[in-house]
Amino acid sequence: MLLRRASDGPMWGWRSPFAELERMRRQMDWLSSGLSRGLVGESAAGVFPMMNVTEDKEAYFVRAELPGLKADELDISVTGDTLSISGERKLSVEDEKAQYHRRERDAGRFSRIVSLPAQINTDKVEARCADGILTVTLPKAESAKPRQIVAKSS
Amino acid sequence: MTDSESKALQAKEKAEVTTPAELTRPGLVFTPAVDIFETDSEITLLADMPGVKAGELNIDLHKNVLTLEGDVQAPEGADEADVIREYRTGKYYRQFTLSQIIDQEKINAEMKDGVLRLSLPKVKAATPRRIAVQS
Repeated sequence: MLLRRASDGPMWGWRSPFAELERMRRQMDWLSSGLSRGLVGESAAGVFPMMNVTEDKEAYFVRAELPGLKADELDISVTGDTLSISGERKLSVEDEKAQYHRRERDAGRFSRIVSLPAQINTDKVEARCADGILTVTLPKAESAKPRQIVAKSS
Repeated sequence: MTDSESKALQAKEKAEVTTPAELTRPGLVFTPAVDIFETDSEITLLADMPGVKAGELNIDLHKNVLTLEGDVQAPEGADEADVIREYRTGKYYRQFTLSQIIDQEKINAEMKDGVLRLSLPKVKAATPRRIAVQS
């Protein structure tokens, strides 16, 4: 059935049925690991900021929620296949006489290094902060991109 | 550690809403972290709502109940596949009951870099009124 669909569907790339299964497997793993920690326990690495990493054929995308921070307040660097982000979150200083009812927002320093699954084209890395979400786009190095090889008939 | 030295931030899982109100749309809903403080003239609320654009934020004050509702569009592109997912995205929702009377006309909300700053000016203390009791 799977083979038929893979060959019948004109939109299915050579890689996609397995990539899709792999994606589902990862999602199931993530869900089950979430269940075992009750979905409220420690995150995967437990380091601030928490990150979501996605990929497409061309690049990796690293996202983190950093409300109140601007791109130029962050220190972002890339080498080979690692990305490091550090900075400090400061909260605005309010009136001394202000009486607090709730104080849930945190301030402080942070620093995190992530290893990506493949080499990065470090010259073309872009970082953008919008609405409190940092997005770092890391184009894959040529050697890390999937390449379709056409078999020649002799 | 001295006061001038800032502490290191800890990773925190976002708190999911356990709201008594029924939600009509599917998706996850989180409680934004807030700071609320009060001066003689106003109450200020700061809320961390990363991913919420100014146009997608709903603030409602009705009968002393302040409701914040922020919609978040998934930031991922259509053909991106997950590698690691540590945090989840969804809407934000939180309600507060205000004890002070707020001057509704002068409420000011500002959304900047995912942080909402909401100023709720108190109604100027009404001049004491003497009510004559008629016998």
